[in-house]
Amino acid sequence: MAEPRVFRMPSLGADMTEGAVLEWFVKPGDRVHRGDLVAVIKTDKADIEAEVFDDGVIGELLAPVSDEKLPIGTPLATIYDGDDATPAPTSAEVVPPPTAEVVPPPTSAPPPSPPSAPSPPSAPSPPHPRPSSATIVLPTAEAGRIAASPYARRRAAELGVDIGSVVPGRPGHPISADDVERAAAGAPVIAPLPVDQASAMRRAIGNLMTRSKREIPHYYLEDDIELAHAMAWLAHYNERVSVEERILPAAMLYKAVAVAAREMPALNGHWSDGTFVPGDGVHLGVAIAMRGGGLVAPAIRDADKCSLADLMIRLRDLTARVRGGRLRASEMTDATITVTSLGDRGVRAVYGVIYAPQVALVGFGKVSERVWAADGGIGIRPVVTATLSADHRATDGLLGARFLSAVTRHLHHPEDL
Amino acid sequence: MSSVTYREACRQALRDALQRDPRVFLMGEDVGRYGGCFAVSMGLLDEFGPERIRDTPLSESAFVGAGIGAALGGMRPIVEIMTVNFSLLALDQILNNAATLLHMSGGQCNVPLVIRMATGGGRQVGAQHSHSLEGWYAHIPGLRILTPATVEDARGMLWPALEDPDPVLIFEHASLYGASAELSDDAGPVDLTRAALRRPGSDVTLVAYGGTVRVALEAAEALASQGIDAEVIDLRTLRPLDDETIVHSVRRTHRAVIVDEAWRSGSISAEIAARIMELAFFDLDEPVARVCSAEVPMPYARQLEDAALPSAPDVVAAAQRVCHG
Amino acid sequence: MSTSVHDEALALLRDMVRVRRFEERCVELYSAAKIRGFLHLYVGEEAVAAGVMRALAPDDAVVATYREHGHALLRGVSARSIMAEMYGKLEGCSHGRGGSMHLFDVAHRFYGGNAIVGGGLPVAVGLALAEQMQTTGRVVACFFGEGTVAEGEFHESMNLAALWRLPVVFCCENNLYAMGTALARSESETDIALKASSYEMPAWPVDGMDVLAVRDAARHAVEAVRGGGGPHLLELRTYRFRAHSMYDPDLYRDKAEVARWKERDPIPALIQQAQIAQDDVDGIESDAKAEIDDAVAFAEQGTDEPVADLTRFVTSEIGRT
Repeated sequence: MAEPRVFRMPSLGADMTEGAVLEWFVKPGDRVHRGDLVAVIKTDKADIEAEVFDDGVIGELLAPVSDEKLPIGTPLATIYDGDDATPAPTSAEVVPPPTAEVVPPPTSAPPPSPPSAPSPPSAPSPPHPRPSSATIVLPTAEAGRIAASPYARRRAAELGVDIGSVVPGRPGHPISADDVERAAAGAPVIAPLPVDQASAMRRAIGNLMTRSKREIPHYYLEDDIELAHAMAWLAHYNERVSVEERILPAAMLYKAVAVAAREMPALNGHWSDGTFVPGDGVHLGVAIAMRGGGLVAPAIRDADKCSLADLMIRLRDLTARVRGGRLRASEMTDATITVTSLGDRGVRAVYGVIYAPQVALVGFGKVSERVWAADGGIGIRPVVTATLSADHRATDGLLGARFLSAVTRHLHHPEDL
Repeated sequence: MSSVTYREACRQALRDALQRDPRVFLMGEDVGRYGGCFAVSMGLLDEFGPERIRDTPLSESAFVGAGIGAALGGMRPIVEIMTVNFSLLALDQILNNAATLLHMSGGQCNVPLVIRMATGGGRQVGAQHSHSLEGWYAHIPGLRILTPATVEDARGMLWPALEDPDPVLIFEHASLYGASAELSDDAGPVDLTRAALRRPGSDVTLVAYGGTVRVALEAAEALASQGIDAEVIDLRTLRPLDDETIVHSVRRTHRAVIVDEAWRSGSISAEIAARIMELAFFDLDEPVARVCSAEVPMPYARQLEDAALPSAPDVVAAAQRVCHG
Repeated sequence: MSTSVHDEALALLRDMVRVRRFEERCVELYSAAKIRGFLHLYVGEEAVAAGVMRALAPDDAVVATYREHGHALLRGVSARSIMAEMYGKLEGCSHGRGGSMHLFDVAHRFYGGNAIVGGGLPVAVGLALAEQMQTTGRVVACFFGEGTVAEGEFHESMNLAALWRLPVVFCCENNLYAMGTALARSESETDIALKASSYEMPAWPVDGMDVLAVRDAARHAVEAVRGGGGPHLLELRTYRFRAHSMYDPDLYRDKAEVARWKERDPIPALIQQAQIAQDDVDGIESDAKAEIDDAVAFAEQGTDEPVADLTRFVTSEIGRT
């Protein structure tokens, strides 16, 4: 039987030294996957949902729910490979094996791991790199140390952001000042912002948006989508389910966007290093206003694969957690395309600013009754104005137009969503 | 205003200096009858005579040393060395005497000498005429190292260099001699103490000098079309370095790319990177990047030489990396 | 022997004795760790500096080597400031920045104190160029050892000085050894005067152990140079009685050879040749001792330059000229 890996009290901030387990989301025998949230950790600053970095099955919960403060690194649970869930005697000396491909984000750096095992002799040695005058060797963080640029650390101090709560915008890259500012804007883990930080967040959003507008050559498309059939279908659906299970039009709109994004991968992904990198799925960023001001756009992962009902559930969950200040930091950076809707505020259309490094943002105005010409006649129909803000470096207007057409097409067949 | 080549600007500066001060004279290989190997001193022999426009034997050490001695003896010599590679034949005089006499003599023997030489690659003249060793010279206390990158500086740096009581080396990038720009008819001496902001920007600082300034400017234009707003600093003087201008810029952009035609190891770019680290560490959002020449003696073949030298696409790529990872 | 000739011999003797006693005191002070670094002594070669300096005018310029205490002293640089320099004191002629090898005194037109073999020659050529261009009528005396003739800078400087007919007297102090390497072991042609002749430069060998011969040769050369005759070279054949420097065990010379040369010591030779009375010799010796005692006392009381001033004299403190 393989030695279990140990889930330890994570370091969730540069100045965090200890934390208490406020809640367990898992119990022995539960299967967990890397990235799953398994516990709520109470720190001096906030209650933070902690994730695991291993796949496996929970063996024992070593730390009960308690207010007792446990030092960083204290074993909290054991995790076994595969189905081998038989609890084994554990000790604090057990360390997780090195997992080369798993690079934990610095938000919860694990305790120091032993050095990686040497490569097998048969492994081909990497080609000797041609010395380049412009090679940049990225700094690598030691285990337990947060990789952040000096300026990021300074900005974090200035903005009152816990550097440990910031997730790098570029995977494997140290935290940049932009990441800090994005985190300050989203403030995912820091409970109620002190008054003097509200302006800091405002400034951070301003910086982000300024940078986006400066760096990204936006182009904009707009189309009106007639929703008579969709709204009727939705009303019919909602009649048959409980109030809690009802689906809002927004979910339908978002689902249509997600499916269209899957079909047009050129709009779904990140602009990185001068090229477009397609997303590894459609992770739909949803712009959500925060209480007390500010805006975040956390991602619903694989939104295109959710049923409408699931999407609605996740949307509600996300909104609640944004408002409650319990957002996972990684949700802040996963999005591959973002959707924003100001329809409930009464505007007809919204032209959004793209969230770098994404390359597209879809905006929806309010669904309203408008005069609509169809089939040679004039009628009153529910209509929504959809806009696309897209990065001209990644795509051209023709593709953007096809995208909006696809959204329209999907909304005309809501039963397929 | 009139359009003037870098070469003409150098010549105007020489003529101006020769007219201003009877102590000034020019000596070097082929500066007289030949008109200078880059035709900079063409016509000056006729104008000023062989006493003041002196052809020398191929004796770099002797005529550079003679420049030092003449400076000690009350003259204001301008010594021309054909290329920086040849200056190594006079390195003993430049380092052990010109840069050292003042200190070694307890402040008695200042050496008001100006040495001009061509530097840099890009002309397919191979490994003994193409290197950029000005960074080496910038290592030496007691020397002032100037790298005029513009027609204005080519015109304006010589006179203040002659006014300097200590030795000044002026490195003229050979690929610039034919470049022209508008120059005011009353153009004259320029300030030597500050680096120049050649293009303002907010996203990344490109630090360049001499021949790499136009590479950096070209890169900045390309970057602008990609939404990266690059600032370009022309160092102008490699010693003493204007730390303040560099640091002031990096404090705003948080990113720096140094473009240096010299080899990377132990280069002036390394010095600048170190100073940015020393003076602006907590303003850095990315490691300082460098675009330098490949670490090979300069090859003859066009495509190899092109590959060896820092190019605008190299700078663009480096800037993209520090801006977008 | 006329009075004036006798007086001149006395003066030359005084010069040589001052240098000899100064150098001997340096050995003593070096052993006592008062003087550090490299120390190259001129003992045995005094007739060269003494004879040449007597031929120069006060405003002529001198460029010397790292074995230059005697040249500085005889050029008029005070024993006090030379000794203080060797002590590394602020009162030294180079403010303690130079030491034994780098004595400078611009007021006496003494331009070092150059410790790169051959490095002083181009500078001397340049000083001469400045004199020529400013038509001052002054000359430059440039001292160097025979080892220098293997350096490119020697040949470059010979050529340039001759080409431009510059007022330089090249004074080659041929003491037969470049550190430990005998001339014959490093030169295919050991006739140094002949080398200079190939640059169309008047040159001839001189007995460097005979101060009067040196003086006469130097006078002839200086006058010719000053008269516009272009550079001249004197090959002054001499010998150092002591090792190359304080660290040199002197294994490369036959003791008998050294002893033979010591028989030609220029000081007793001059006393004998000019029939100088013992009283005069005693007076000169006594004066030299007093001068050197005074210099040592002065150096002992010298000031250490504050370390805070370390980076002075890297660039000029004077205004632009």
